[in-house]
Amino acid sequence: MSQETNATALPVGVTGVVTDWSGDKQAFHVPWGKAMMWIFLLSDTFIFTSFLTGYMHVRTSTTVPWPNPSEVFALTIAGHHIPLILIAIMTFILITSSGTMALAVNYGYRRDRKKTMLLMLATAAFGAMFVSMQAFEWTKLIVDEGVRPWGNPMGAAQFGACFFMITGFHGLHVSIGVIYLSIVAFKVYRGDYESRGYEIVEIVGLYWHFVDLVWVFIFALFYLW
Amino acid sequence: MAYVAIADRDHEHHLHDPQTFITKYIWSQDHKVIAIQYGITAISVGVLAMILSAMMRLQLAFPDVFSFITPNNYYQFVTMHGMIMVIYLLTALFLGGFGNFLIPLMCGARDMVFPYVNMLSFWVYLLSVIILMASFFVPGGPTGAGWTLYPPQSILPGTPGTDWGILFMLISLAVFIVAFTMGGLNYVTTVLQARCRGMTLMRMPLSVWGIFVATILGLLAFPALLVSAVMMILDKTIGTSFFIPAVLSMGESLDHLGGSPILFQHLFWFFGHPEVYIVALPAFGIISDLISTHARKNIFGYRMMVWAIVAIGALSFVVWAHHMYVSGMNPYFGFFFATTTLIIAIPTAIKVYNWVLTLWQGNIRFTVPMMFAIGFIFTFTHGGLTGLFLGNVTVDLPLSDTYFVVGHFHMVMGVSPVLAVFGAIYHWFPKISGRMFNETLGKWHFWLTFLGTYSIYLPMHYLGILGVPRRYYANGITDFIPESAQTMNVGITIAALLVAVVQIIFFVNIIWSLRNGKKADSNPWGATTLEWQTPDTPPKHGNWGPELPVVYRWAYDYSVPGQSLDFIPQTEPHHGHDSVDDEDKDKK
Repeated sequence: MSQETNATALPVGVTGVVTDWSGDKQAFHVPWGKAMMWIFLLSDTFIFTSFLTGYMHVRTSTTVPWPNPSEVFALTIAGHHIPLILIAIMTFILITSSGTMALAVNYGYRRDRKKTMLLMLATAAFGAMFVSMQAFEWTKLIVDEGVRPWGNPMGAAQFGACFFMITGFHGLHVSIGVIYLSIVAFKVYRGDYESRGYEIVEIVGLYWHFVDLVWVFIFALFYLW
Repeated sequence: MAYVAIADRDHEHHLHDPQTFITKYIWSQDHKVIAIQYGITAISVGVLAMILSAMMRLQLAFPDVFSFITPNNYYQFVTMHGMIMVIYLLTALFLGGFGNFLIPLMCGARDMVFPYVNMLSFWVYLLSVIILMASFFVPGGPTGAGWTLYPPQSILPGTPGTDWGILFMLISLAVFIVAFTMGGLNYVTTVLQARCRGMTLMRMPLSVWGIFVATILGLLAFPALLVSAVMMILDKTIGTSFFIPAVLSMGESLDHLGGSPILFQHLFWFFGHPEVYIVALPAFGIISDLISTHARKNIFGYRMMVWAIVAIGALSFVVWAHHMYVSGMNPYFGFFFATTTLIIAIPTAIKVYNWVLTLWQGNIRFTVPMMFAIGFIFTFTHGGLTGLFLGNVTVDLPLSDTYFVVGHFHMVMGVSPVLAVFGAIYHWFPKISGRMFNETLGKWHFWLTFLGTYSIYLPMHYLGILGVPRRYYANGITDFIPESAQTMNVGITIAALLVAVVQIIFFVNIIWSLRNGKKADSNPWGATTLEWQTPDTPPKHGNWGPELPVVYRWAYDYSVPGQSLDFIPQTEPHHGHDSVDDEDKDKK
């Protein structure tokens, strides 16, 4: 790694921010890909914010009562009727995957290719589990409960529309993340990043943590409200 | 972990070198070629949109003459004209065209940070244009919902193009947003992370600042349009009710219930208002550079100009509901949005004053780009002042949906950016092509376009105050509109047709000059900025030859006292010491 040029001690705190922004060449001391991922995630934040504010708007403006999410998303397991249990497990899995992702980033910077690859695959596996459980949830709602994007027996038609649109869009993000993780994990194992360094693992990690964070908002605003 | 800046590891940075004709000119990853591809595509659809507007004008002036312009056609022309001009021409041309060409050259980079993604951006943009054009050929034709596409009318029977046209429009918009995002991420990252040695943010030319902030606006505003497009596609195809309330259509009650048309308006204008500045900010920046260069004088108040761009960009996100006063809202919201709207006048006025003060006591050269730049100051000030009328709730209500609004936004968002585009094309043509254009033809083009557009849009304000409603196929006989309004409509149409025809001068000039123009020097205007200091004209792949440039000063060292030349390029070291970091001495 060629670290010699900018290796002088950089100022910290507010002075550091001012120095970075008033300096030449670059505003952030990060690789291009990482800066670009941050900016992309900022843009993506606005997509999810628009979805969620749109959902909140139609939920408050519709004239038909909104179905109770605790009831709709309850499962009966071994004779017990437990509200939101599936969503709780899904949330737990996704948060766990953030943990394995963080470990993968750590091992990446330590250049432990095998552990990095395994942890990334574990993260991808958690993501795949999440999407599978989402598929189960969708099937249950569509087949058993008769929820459709254009209507449902429990209440406002917008319930199904918002649910399928928002969780679908998030699920798409998770699925893309699983593919992205798998590809990078394979390339890490093959040693493609030996010369360039392992920032790529952190870039994938940024995306993955973002997808998890978005889920927390969807969970809070759609399921708990 | 200290990350080594690209400017410090030049020799490690490999470019994708073009091998064949196809990789050089078609599947090119060179930002300059991509810029030209964007430019040609955008201008081509822009010509189509101009022809559509000529048809609209023909109908308005001579309502009973042209049998092929039916009411449905008319609305389709209105819609497609607006959407093409705003998004597929101006957004694509300023950011995809000028952004691509100028950012790496003005920042001292070899290319965009991710050239492959940049190339994809153009091809996806071309795909969105093809989808849009395809909507002219589907059953029912393109959508006639008005460029704002307000539901419910945009997807219910009765509006032209509700079968397929609206779907093609929405899908094309979604594809365009994907394309823009790929390009936009590149532009922002390049400006932030890939500048050359000595190029601080506060030494960047204002063109780059304008394009940079406009791209950020785009990255944050287009998501709202994407989401509203997705929701409307769902409403249209599978019958969700995001935007459709309980509604009777053709005497029958529809299945929709409880949706909110106002939600669409909020989402659309949360995109739509920043969009105005996505188009305006690059124009501001380009005009600043044109005026400074051709007045041989440093831009007045550079720092203020930068902060004004940033402030306008930030404010543009909190004014959107001023497009919706007539839709109805809580009076306090109207108060809020009117206030924020009028506050935008402050940074905007700072910019206009600074342009004028740059001209003051300058050594003005009436070159063609300079004429377009000064013309821009007129049209933009004019459009900005009528914006103050429309920003006030009580003044807006009677003027809304009249020709006053049409006159206003065509002055501020139609003519002004287009003048900036022409000025920019004339200004950078020598660098892009390596040849000079014909000065005489350029001056004819300017005067006919400038006076012509003024005689189109100035009378429209008067029509609007008379109460002539916009978007009407034919006005017919009404009590409150005097017959003379129709005479004025005829006059406007004649001016519009004239302006449309004189654009031929521009194309003739460009095409003739590409082959026969005088060979251009590397720096024909005596400009300071980096793109004029390239070793080759036009710049070769990689822009800078073996070594990246080093910047020692800001972009506006014109007519510095005691110098033999009236400009000092940014690459010129200060006398006595050549430290790159010797900052700001020149700006005081």
